[in-house]
Amino acid sequence: MTPMDFLLLTKGPLFSVAIAIFALGILIRLAEILTLGRAKNYAAARGNEVIPGLKTVYRRFNPDPGTFKRSPFDVIVGTLWHVGFVVALLLFIPHVELIKSTLGIGWPGLPNPVVDAVTAITLLGLIAALIHRLTQPVKRFLSTKEDYLIWAVTFLPVLTGYLAYHRLINPYPLALGLHILSAEVFLIVLPFTKLTHIFTAFVARYYNGAIFGRKGIQS
Amino acid sequence: MAAPKTLGESLRQHGVSRRGFLKFCAATASMMALPPSMAPAIAKALEQARRPSVIWLSFQECTGCTESLTRSSSPTVENLIFDVISLDYHHTLQAAAGDAAEHAREQAMHANAGDYLVVVDGSLPGPNANPGYSTIAGISNYEMLMETIEGAAAVVAVGSCAAFGGLPMADPNPTGAVAVQDLVKDKPVINVSGCPPVPMVLTGVLAQFLTFGTLPELDQYGRPLAFFGQSIHDRCYRRPFYDKGLFAETFDDEGAKAGWCLYRLGCKGPMTYNACATMKWNSGASWPVEAGYPCLGCSEPNFWDAGGFYKALSVPIGAPGKALLGAAALGAAAGVAAGAMSRHESKQATKYHDKVNAQELEEKL
Repeated sequence: MTPMDFLLLTKGPLFSVAIAIFALGILIRLAEILTLGRAKNYAAARGNEVIPGLKTVYRRFNPDPGTFKRSPFDVIVGTLWHVGFVVALLLFIPHVELIKSTLGIGWPGLPNPVVDAVTAITLLGLIAALIHRLTQPVKRFLSTKEDYLIWAVTFLPVLTGYLAYHRLINPYPLALGLHILSAEVFLIVLPFTKLTHIFTAFVARYYNGAIFGRKGIQS
Repeated sequence: MAAPKTLGESLRQHGVSRRGFLKFCAATASMMALPPSMAPAIAKALEQARRPSVIWLSFQECTGCTESLTRSSSPTVENLIFDVISLDYHHTLQAAAGDAAEHAREQAMHANAGDYLVVVDGSLPGPNANPGYSTIAGISNYEMLMETIEGAAAVVAVGSCAAFGGLPMADPNPTGAVAVQDLVKDKPVINVSGCPPVPMVLTGVLAQFLTFGTLPELDQYGRPLAFFGQSIHDRCYRRPFYDKGLFAETFDDEGAKAGWCLYRLGCKGPMTYNACATMKWNSGASWPVEAGYPCLGCSEPNFWDAGGFYKALSVPIGAPGKALLGAAALGAAAGVAAGAMSRHESKQATKYHDKVNAQELEEKL
């Protein structure tokens, strides 16, 4: 197989397969969660559910002071690479073109050097997070194989994307093919691992806010 | 019969000055990534070279490669190099036709056995395909190629059809087209890809063959590394705009007028390895990207099936949007069903929940 065959395979049939598995998996999970709903609360409601629910979805982006004091590394590095990952994913112009062609919606991107810098920070953040996980006894004890797996499937698309952009792997069709393949692995693994938090975190935050809102408490 | 003229004699007869000739040799040396000190050696070797016999086979092709390589608005040294190779068979260019033409080919093969070059232009129906899709003088392309290469020193596949299969091989490949390298296994094959290829690349390969009697260093696709070693993107004069993130979004917007990067208009420059950006076309006048047109990636294998020419390189091939929608609908339905089943199960469990008291439990134990 030539690098070009490899690129065409990853850009063509493999991408369709990956995106289909991703959509199938994530929608089964989300639809099931939403269909299950929550146990009926027989107590009289003291407040609205929707507004506090939505507010909490946003508010949980800010770590509470206690968490920050206990583990500043996780808050800073975690936020840094999460934001970096999302920026590189959604605002790199070739990615915007891909999304526009697949979903029919597009938005303006960021200049390449900005995305490049963000990607470098994301890579460093992810490496730092892994080192921290391996060296902190508590974190290491709590880590499962799945944690290392999802670290790897998250790290690889960023790394291969960086290498492809800087043309550090030759020939380029191989570099781009590897990047697309790693992104496809990410898409396939996503619905069946902790990576579902990309979607379920927001459902959980909403329910959390709504439950407290109903009780008339700020969450 | 007079001894065949040397290349030097022929060039002088065609009015090429010594200065022009040396300039060509220096350019050839730099093209082949040789030190400038090699230019005199190239000149000396070329001067004394005998006209090599070249048999040019045109199969499933559009003659665009021949047009590119032979039709130039003003004669150049490269053209004269072509004039002075002994092009013994080329059914587009030769005056002879029918039996006479085929006879010329056979004669050249016998007279220069083991030394001649075969240039192939176009793909050909493979050994298992219907040979009737392309024949010359009643001989199938496959048969003619295999017969002609027997005494050849080397085979040069000119153009992306000969090198990789090209448009005739495009999905669903009705003629069963294959590339030359798929059939020729026991002779060196040099792929000069491009649709059409840059003329200087072919003259460069011929010049090296005449000068050193060797064939150039090739990349993994069998292309001369000196010309196909770098990508269009890496040598593109619009690259600074890519690096700054300045892209033309339509063919007539402000960005297009300002000469910004054509990535979003489908430029395949990042994946394409060719010399267009450095050697340019029409005697160095311009090249597609300079004319405001995105690179199609024509020198790469499978470029014909690699997605839309006007779609960015990152855009997937096929209809992933449909796959996404279909799978999403299926997933949502399955998820709702799973949720409903769980709810039902939980309700049933509550309904049939048997109550036990401590006494009953004790009795059971």
